[in-house]
Amino acid sequence: MTDHAVASSRAPLEVRGVSRRFEETVALSDVSFAVNAGELFGLVGPDGAGKTTLFRILTTLLVPDSGTATVLGLDVVRDLWAIRSRVGYMPGRFSLYPDLSVEENLSFFASVFGTSIDEGRAIIAPIYDQIEPFKDRRAGALSGGMKQKLALCCALVHCPEILFLDEPTTGVDAVSRREFWDLLGALKKSGLPILVSTAYMDEATRCDRVGLIQRGRILAVDAPAAIAARYPNPLIAVHANERHKLIQSLRDYQHAKSVYPFGDEVHYSDARAAKAMDDIVAELRTYLAGSGFTDLRVKPISAGVEDAFMELMGQPEATVRAAA
Amino acid sequence: MADRRSALHAFIVKEMRHILRDRQTLTILLLLPLAMVVLFGYALRNDITDVRLVVIDPTPDYATIALRNRFAGNPRFEIVATSQTPDLAEPLFRRGDADLALAFPPRFAESLSQGVPTRLLLVGDASDPNTGSTMAAYATAVITSYQTEIGATGQAVRIVPQLRMRFNPTLESVNLFVPGLIALVLTLITALMTSISLSREKERGTLEILLVSPLHPWQIILGKVMPYLLLALGNVATALLAAWAVFHVPFRGSLVLLLSASVLYSMVGLSLGVLIAALAPSQRAAMLAALAGTMLPNALLSGMIFPIASLPAWLRMVTYVVPARWFIVIARGIMLKGVGLTYLWKELAVLTVMLVVLLIAAVRSFKPRFA
Repeated sequence: MTDHAVASSRAPLEVRGVSRRFEETVALSDVSFAVNAGELFGLVGPDGAGKTTLFRILTTLLVPDSGTATVLGLDVVRDLWAIRSRVGYMPGRFSLYPDLSVEENLSFFASVFGTSIDEGRAIIAPIYDQIEPFKDRRAGALSGGMKQKLALCCALVHCPEILFLDEPTTGVDAVSRREFWDLLGALKKSGLPILVSTAYMDEATRCDRVGLIQRGRILAVDAPAAIAARYPNPLIAVHANERHKLIQSLRDYQHAKSVYPFGDEVHYSDARAAKAMDDIVAELRTYLAGSGFTDLRVKPISAGVEDAFMELMGQPEATVRAAA
Repeated sequence: MADRRSALHAFIVKEMRHILRDRQTLTILLLLPLAMVVLFGYALRNDITDVRLVVIDPTPDYATIALRNRFAGNPRFEIVATSQTPDLAEPLFRRGDADLALAFPPRFAESLSQGVPTRLLLVGDASDPNTGSTMAAYATAVITSYQTEIGATGQAVRIVPQLRMRFNPTLESVNLFVPGLIALVLTLITALMTSISLSREKERGTLEILLVSPLHPWQIILGKVMPYLLLALGNVATALLAAWAVFHVPFRGSLVLLLSASVLYSMVGLSLGVLIAALAPSQRAAMLAALAGTMLPNALLSGMIFPIASLPAWLRMVTYVVPARWFIVIARGIMLKGVGLTYLWKELAVLTVMLVVLLIAAVRSFKPRFA
């Protein structure tokens, strides 16, 4: 996409060199990426990485110190009001009124945007159908998963042209998280571009593309599989009887590049990128058996997104940046 | 524009629901003016009836009987015990069964007739000093009138007379108090409740969604304050009714003028509430700021309880910026004197200027973005 393209054909979201600091703290530093039409884009990073600041800039709540961002071709600083009626936003904390019922919450947010539940029904139906049986229940009495669905309905009821979801799955149980991502997948099919942030790296695979953010900087932007494929070193999953001691022993191994727990296994990456995998596995097995581990399983694996992120986040500030 | 009105409408409905759902707060808000009129109305009365009197008369004679009869015939006093020795009084005081003791010296009549100064001892239950001195003053009044009547010389009965007996504060204190009470209730609902409710929205994060919507700050403010304005006016009516029904406080002026002044005063309070909420970092801070910044001056620096004239000069200057001070003058003028705009325009003008300044500050402080 070129700069000569007319506004309507531009990416629904473009961020160029956005920086923002709060007094001495740098929240965002030269952030650039774009979300394409119909794309489910995930912003993945640990707490305090700057995700919420970025969302607030994109939803016109904060002004960047430098850089520009456009949402639906509109400038986030200049076109404040035009943007506000056309985007859907679900802030980090599910912002609902606990003393109002499900239906009253939804109907209120519909009215605020000059619409009604009935008019927005088509888009929210897949989600609202699940919570409608509880429509008279007060929002404060809902479970975390249901609150999250209600908040999503409230952000969608006015048929926004782009959806911003700031850590929608934080504090929600695993089943609800999975359901929520299924819902996002369904929404994406309607062509709605979605920017969603998460601190759970396993959720990255559910996105079309992800941007990895850490300490206010974007470390990489790409499709999850492409990010995983960039993993540079041989990677081996190890399992043994004493995991804690295993991690220590592996870290002490002379060729270890990085060692970190992963589920009930430990992922070990070897510093010798050129060495044959079979040789590394054999050497490692010998080393560990010699250290007295039993119940030993050592098998080569191909890196996942999470491994790639661990690798990227472990790097110093100078980082890989993929073209958006 | 039509959708905008409906957004505002929805906001007001939502706000009403918050108020109606919070039963505890609502009950307090509705009963408060009633309870305050009644409680303060009685508490602030400087007037005391049913003083339970113990008479200690070691040597009853015609003079002591005559004075005792004065007390017996006075509706303020009730003689609960008469004794020739002082031992009886102490246990009655301790049990709280007596308020005041009147002790005659021996040979009271004889002493009077000789024209020598005669001491009468009055012992009051001064656990509440104000009540004690008031009771003593009443008793002194009875004694003085007796003394005048029997034509004794001024020295015959020596009890220091107290100034308080010259007041007749029974109903007047309530009358002066009700306008101040209306101001207090209005401040409570407008400044306190609005700032709490708005800062709650901030604290819960719902304000974040409201900001990322087509709602303009003035719509949020208006939607927030309208229900409280209605509630406040309802409370003015309750307070007036209670004052009239319980204490027969007169209402001599124009009700329309008083309600209009109440709306003006409420809007001052609402602007303050919005301003406080915008500046306070949390709900708790907003509540404390509203209490300290509006309720306290309203109660102490408005002339509601302590006359402004009795304040030191520098505090008197401070009262000029207390909105309640002006409102109380207006409300007292309308209710007690029955005066109209001709006499109250100055106070109304002061409130209007305050409203304009605070409203501008409030709307400006309520930004469409985060800092």
